[in-house]
Amino acid sequence: MKPRVGTQLEKVLLAGHFALTLEIGPPQSPNPEPLRKKAALLKGLGDGYNVTDNQTAVVRMSSIAASKIILDMGCEPVMQMVCRDRNRIAMQSDLLGASALGLRNVLALSGDHQKASAAGKLKGHPGAKNVYDIDSMQLIATIKGLRDEARQLGGDAIAEPAPFFIGAAWTPLGTPRNYRVLRLAKKIAAGADFVQTQAVYDVPAFAAQVAKARDMGLTDKAAILAGIIVPRSAGMLSYMDRQVPGVEVPAELIARMKQAKDTQAEGIKVTLELIQAVKEIPGVKGVHLQAIEAEELLPEIVAAAGLSPRPQV
Amino acid sequence: MIVAEWKPIPELLASLKGHKNILLVGCATCVAECAAGGEREVLTLAPVLKMGLKEQGQDVNIITKTLERQCEPEFVEELAEIAPQVDAIMSLSCGIGMQLVAERFIDLPLYPGVNTTSLAIREQPGLWTARCAACGDCMLGETFGLCPVARCAKSLMNGPCGGTRKDGKCEVDPDTECIWRLIVERAEARGRLEDLAKVRPAKDWSNSGHGGPKRMLREDLRS
Repeated sequence: MKPRVGTQLEKVLLAGHFALTLEIGPPQSPNPEPLRKKAALLKGLGDGYNVTDNQTAVVRMSSIAASKIILDMGCEPVMQMVCRDRNRIAMQSDLLGASALGLRNVLALSGDHQKASAAGKLKGHPGAKNVYDIDSMQLIATIKGLRDEARQLGGDAIAEPAPFFIGAAWTPLGTPRNYRVLRLAKKIAAGADFVQTQAVYDVPAFAAQVAKARDMGLTDKAAILAGIIVPRSAGMLSYMDRQVPGVEVPAELIARMKQAKDTQAEGIKVTLELIQAVKEIPGVKGVHLQAIEAEELLPEIVAAAGLSPRPQV
Repeated sequence: MIVAEWKPIPELLASLKGHKNILLVGCATCVAECAAGGEREVLTLAPVLKMGLKEQGQDVNIITKTLERQCEPEFVEELAEIAPQVDAIMSLSCGIGMQLVAERFIDLPLYPGVNTTSLAIREQPGLWTARCAACGDCMLGETFGLCPVARCAKSLMNGPCGGTRKDGKCEVDPDTECIWRLIVERAEARGRLEDLAKVRPAKDWSNSGHGGPKRMLREDLRS
């Protein structure tokens, strides 16, 4: 099969390799150096690098600008785009601009609600007006329209198609669980080429949802990358289990982290086991790996997981 | 009903600074139902304002009146006798009624006593929850009678985001139901889950305030 867009991520997936995406969060700063530092650390490690779009509704350097900066350093970005802050006019305009800058992977998301911005230590902007003119499903369809029909959402033509490899998010263990596979099916029907999932810790439960997706033929139509977040402590796992919607952490795993003498080493071990486990699930085509505030662990983990070096395709 | 809630008393006192004779006007319709601006609230608030202003060294006379409906000109006309006696009006109606009063008594400053917040129902005693966003493009027929425009924090059109809590509540507020969870459950109960499998296209918001201030014209009623 010929690549449609020709991004490294697309080519790796098309060639049947197990894909690896990582994440580079833009700084709360106008200075690109922190971003460049992260990109330099992770360069060559993954096939694509998610660049978040004001995640948790906290103001950061724009995803487009940050994506371009890391692209210039040789890290292929997966530009995230949320529906919270822009209407259909601004989003399509930014997509054309992103395309002009050479950004080719885009991940369409609803985005965290602005109330989340004040959840931590920051003041955030909980009084902001959100947009949600279109939702993530409709954004996926809009990007597909720009690519496949060279047409805007409103029906007007654009001079030439905007080539994007289209990504979507999936929360397989979210409530109501019966609907989650159907929602994935909708995203794929709307145009998603690849899917990154919420963090997986409960492998059997995740595998059961992937099996349903496989039965519906979804895993042939889009590449599912399982989300893996390196556990840092029992407390973190227990927090995620209780507080992060759609994340299920088995009690044994929390106990195991609690009992570990070397928490960091145990966290890495768990990560390697999770990567191996999801790799064995038919229909899972890669992982989206994050080490939150511990990116320096990633080179070691990626190597130990046998995911290094990345295939040259 | 249209739901409103009291503004903080200090804000009300600050807005009335410098006035001597104040008309405090309520409305016996929606804002009475939601206990924000009916006769009872007018009679409760008047002495509070009087006392609060007195503490700031401002002696005022407050005339109270509650109209049957502050959004109908014939009821607003009942204020014509009182208006010459006052130098300010504070209204406890929704923003609609307030504007009609302001328009009728154009020389008098009008201050809002409440914030109009939503189109809602009284779900339980003392609890009102939004039901409608007046979006101008009703989709209730496709969402099993539950409105995601008014009741989803992100007004999502195609199912729940990843933020539904384990107990089915919204991540934005632990006491608010994820409306998409309820829509899915209703669909399942009717054996119609596949109805929610269709991608719903981008909504046309132009029949709401997004299309410019709404003007509904019915030629058949204009003769």
